[in-house]
Amino acid sequence: MTSATAAHSVVEPTATTRRFAGSLVVLYALITMIPLAWIVLTAFKSPDDAISYPPKVMFKPSLEGFCNLFTTRSRQTPEFIRSLGPPQGLCDSIARDRNMVVAGPSNYVPRFINSLIIAFGSTVLAVALGTLSAYGFSRFRVPLKDDLLFFILSTRMMPPIAVAIPIYLMYRTIGLSDTRLGMILLYTSVNVSLAVWLLKGFIDEIPREYEEAAMIDGYTRFQAFVKVVLPQATTGIAATAIFCLIFAWNEYAFAVLLTSGNAQTAPPFIPIIIGEGGQDWPAVAAGTTLFLVPIVVFTVLLRKHLLRGITFGAVRK
Amino acid sequence: MIPVPGSVHAMNELSASSRITYRAVRVRPGVARRIRGLSDKTLAWLFITPTIVLLLAINIFPLLWTIYLSFTNYRANRANVPTIWLGADWYQSILTDPDIWAAMQVTAHFVIWTVVIETVLGFGLAYLIDKKFRGHGLWTTIILLPMMLSPAVVGNFWTFLYQPQIGLFNYVVAFFTGRAASSFQMLGDVTLSPWAIVIVDAWMWTPYVMLICLAGLRSIPDYIYEAAEVDRASKWRQFWSITLPMALPFIMLAVLFRAIENFKMFDMVNLLTGGGPGSTTEVASITLKRAAFESWRTGYSSAFAIILFVTVFGLANIYVKALNKVKSR
Repeated sequence: MTSATAAHSVVEPTATTRRFAGSLVVLYALITMIPLAWIVLTAFKSPDDAISYPPKVMFKPSLEGFCNLFTTRSRQTPEFIRSLGPPQGLCDSIARDRNMVVAGPSNYVPRFINSLIIAFGSTVLAVALGTLSAYGFSRFRVPLKDDLLFFILSTRMMPPIAVAIPIYLMYRTIGLSDTRLGMILLYTSVNVSLAVWLLKGFIDEIPREYEEAAMIDGYTRFQAFVKVVLPQATTGIAATAIFCLIFAWNEYAFAVLLTSGNAQTAPPFIPIIIGEGGQDWPAVAAGTTLFLVPIVVFTVLLRKHLLRGITFGAVRK
Repeated sequence: MIPVPGSVHAMNELSASSRITYRAVRVRPGVARRIRGLSDKTLAWLFITPTIVLLLAINIFPLLWTIYLSFTNYRANRANVPTIWLGADWYQSILTDPDIWAAMQVTAHFVIWTVVIETVLGFGLAYLIDKKFRGHGLWTTIILLPMMLSPAVVGNFWTFLYQPQIGLFNYVVAFFTGRAASSFQMLGDVTLSPWAIVIVDAWMWTPYVMLICLAGLRSIPDYIYEAAEVDRASKWRQFWSITLPMALPFIMLAVLFRAIENFKMFDMVNLLTGGGPGSTTEVASITLKRAAFESWRTGYSSAFAIILFVTVFGLANIYVKALNKVKSR
């Protein structure tokens, strides 16, 4: 890779080239950001502004989308509403303006919590199993190593629907249908392949001499692994964990086929948020925004390791 | 629990910390002696086995079950009906079923067009970003955002953008072409809907191809271009004889991965069109879902799942070969 210090070589692009390339890239970035910006804008629109034509860029911000996301409401007669006391909080007063009263909380928060538990649970398991296996594959002579590694990777390549058919039957038999534990195990099995491949790359980069020196000093192999290799691999483990989290967080196919209530995560829930007369787009947008924010943060944190993550650790910068 | 003075990163502190650790470990002699006594070989299997067991339980056992079911008349919604061995009947009927071949054609259209568009755009972007204009790091991160987001949740929102009366996409197209925004339906029209899903996939995954191509471009050492300059090779010539061939293994990697992922595409298409209108966007995974979880033809869909799996397995094999090729660079 060229560094800034190697400037003025014959192969450095000219200032004009740079400016031209830069403006094209910025143009592309701005265009692809429009759908994301639109999600955030729609989240703060009132239902009427959200479906107006031409689409509104300037509008009076409203929290109705968020209120509708977190509550269920029932329609009442104006007389009944007038007979009630003063509105309980912002959402109640928004609802009353539309001749409705807040009936209770919606399912969004429980679904969001399911997403958190399942994503974190499966990530912890996948990274723990993956770290051990990656160290095993990196440092020891394992018979059929390449075949095992290929087998591990190929499990991630399976079409989810094809896997879901027997998993559905299996979970039905052993009582794991629509349970968080079932989803955690399933996501762990998908993520562990990524974890092994990614972490093997990271551990390969830690010089063996470190452990060997520690073992000469009296460490056992296991102690050397815990006290020398693990601290060195912290960055790799963190990056891997974030990749596993993102996968489990975003997963939809298994979730929509194998969960219906108890263990349902946010991705199958958000698309079925409906209001009176079809989809409640500001509420959907509000739910989508809250769901996407953690991923945006993680992407920024991960930017140096993205390439490794998406190529199973094969391509490094 | 175990006090570690200073950092174990520093080699010269290792002997000091090891003495401390030794003492600390002696407090729990049982575990320590057991682990201490392990040979490398035992440790290797101890480390690898849990992963393999999990994969056997959650991936391989179900797979074998699917293979078994694919030879039977089993239906998940009628578990009490006696199971009859059918042999390879399902495989034969699937491979001769025009509906399946139609789904395969839809899948092929989707895979080919998304891969072509994403490769051209992705490589182009990578080429431009490699010019290292000011702020290219920031803009690269921004461009990467769509591919990190949930295809289901974002795909669902695209149905709003594609609304003919109120959608932003229709408005923008109408603004630039002068047609009425309500005169076309991206998701309801048999000719447009296959393109509607291609557009969303290209929007999401062009950054993926871009990122891998960028790594390819950055792996080309400068001295090759310097030598070409000395030989007075034109920029055009340099691009075709140096840049493209040297970045090719990386491009292939991206193409293969996108092909595999889109061959099994489910979530985004399920939410955008659900396979409709009719079956114009019914990619293989949607057909499979309809057979398995809507008509509950478990035996039939198991056979189809196995056929899809064999195809993906073949592609994955090529993918790993490509990975290793890139790795050796």
